[in-house]
Amino acid sequence: MAEKVLKKGNEGIALGAIHCGCDGYFGYPITPQSEVMETLMEEKPWETTGMVVLQAESEIASINMVHGGACCGKKVMTSSSSPGLSLMCEGLSYLAASELPCVVVNVVRGGPGLGTIQPSQGDYYQAVKGGGHGDYKTIVLAPFSAQEMYDFVGLGFDLAFKYRIPVMMLTDGMIGQMMEKVELRPQQARLSDQEIVSRYGSWATTGKTSDRPKNAVTSLALESKVHEALNFKLQAKYAEITEHEVRFETLACEDAEYLLVAYGSVARICESAVEAARAQGIKLGLLRPITLFPFPNVEIQRMIPQLKGILSVELSAGQMVDDIRLAVEGKVPVHFYGRLGGMIPSPQEVLEACKAHYIK
Amino acid sequence: MKEEIIIAGFGGQGVLSMGKILAYSGIMQDQEVTWMPSYGPEMRGGTANVTVIISDKRISSPIVNTYDTAIILNQQSLDKFEPMVKAGGLLIYDPNGIIRHPVRKDIHIYSIEAVEEAAKLGNAKAYNMIVLGAFLKLKSIVKMENVIKGLKKSIPERHHHLIPMNEQAIEVGMGAAKQLNAV
Repeated sequence: MAEKVLKKGNEGIALGAIHCGCDGYFGYPITPQSEVMETLMEEKPWETTGMVVLQAESEIASINMVHGGACCGKKVMTSSSSPGLSLMCEGLSYLAASELPCVVVNVVRGGPGLGTIQPSQGDYYQAVKGGGHGDYKTIVLAPFSAQEMYDFVGLGFDLAFKYRIPVMMLTDGMIGQMMEKVELRPQQARLSDQEIVSRYGSWATTGKTSDRPKNAVTSLALESKVHEALNFKLQAKYAEITEHEVRFETLACEDAEYLLVAYGSVARICESAVEAARAQGIKLGLLRPITLFPFPNVEIQRMIPQLKGILSVELSAGQMVDDIRLAVEGKVPVHFYGRLGGMIPSPQEVLEACKAHYIK
Repeated sequence: MKEEIIIAGFGGQGVLSMGKILAYSGIMQDQEVTWMPSYGPEMRGGTANVTVIISDKRISSPIVNTYDTAIILNQQSLDKFEPMVKAGGLLIYDPNGIIRHPVRKDIHIYSIEAVEEAAKLGNAKAYNMIVLGAFLKLKSIVKMENVIKGLKKSIPERHHHLIPMNEQAIEVGMGAAKQLNAV
């Protein structure tokens, strides 16, 4: 039987990285995610799997180390929190344009600016709509438990290499700092240099041999025709991801007349709100997007005929609510309820907000 | 079974580790647990608190507004959390340093003189385990054998020789809780 341990979400990320055979972690400390690197330093994976763990001199250095490692076909990652992620956005755009796989974790804190270290979801736009320059996307995973923090590192690498795309884990201090039961998976071996050549030799810069043309990884294409073609290729990839990789979970949606949409930490609170609503005979359900890009548009659209109203619940001033409105195209009323600056709503507050809008 | 507990006091009293041992004990008997601390500036010299939930079923929100049990180790925490105990719930506190004592009539109130008991044991570090013992006496939600397993998992191996001392402190705590009111 798998070992069950009590771990913080942040510790789960570190263990998930080691156990899925990650080759390298490059990071710079920032609350509320410093336990990621602290745990890696305690675990010393360089003595067991050979994984490199390095404290870079800044977030900008971290993301560019990730870029370098990814060019070589290695499973590499970084983690930071909101202000650090802002610094990484240029690098993310380059990684996406160069079609490089990697995992980037954002344990979001309250913004804008230096803000607060308390939980927030104010970086939804940055994660889902780009953040850096140009028409690019990253797959965005939103874990809502310590177990998912652990599992999604491996899942993130699988998706990143399947599509050659950066994968972001968008979470916050509530999930990062909370301890829960985590079921550990068996240690996966890191890929050997030969295995990398045989799997990714077509693109990774693994050292040119005389029997093949050189591999070049670049995001520069000065000729418009070439650059447009590169953009079309990226867009086709994003369309394929949208078709095949949507992940979500529903609670009490079969007969729901009202729907909460919430991800990550707030989805936990919304689960309690749904339980309280059902106890009062209110037909409330919850849809929890697990992927924020691609967004579960189709599932929300499928529910339109049964719904009288949707409430988007976020730790932001209202960001995901835009995507819900785009999905339903005005066919169902969509309202927003959120708290800011590290404040966390109670299940009762969520239920009251829902009643205020829809159940007079 | 679902027990929602707040443990609150000063940083350094062992509030967070007491919660961790309790949560680990829950895992050892295959229950679901969450351990949600206050973190950040509050931890640096001020009050520390942690919400521990132990349940037979999956736990939704790790943050709650009301508690089945409040374990209180300083005045600020007593002032803040006494009103948040569910009617019929349990409040355990160490009267050491408390000026304004709890007043509610609709909850079970117990004291645990843990500072004094720890001094008798000659080990100030046993403080939080004495408090844990008082709680386990009043609500035996986790078995003693699982608490010992939880202790083994929570503390580094180099400190495992201290487990018998911790066990003794828990037993002292079990015998030292005093009921202060009749509900």
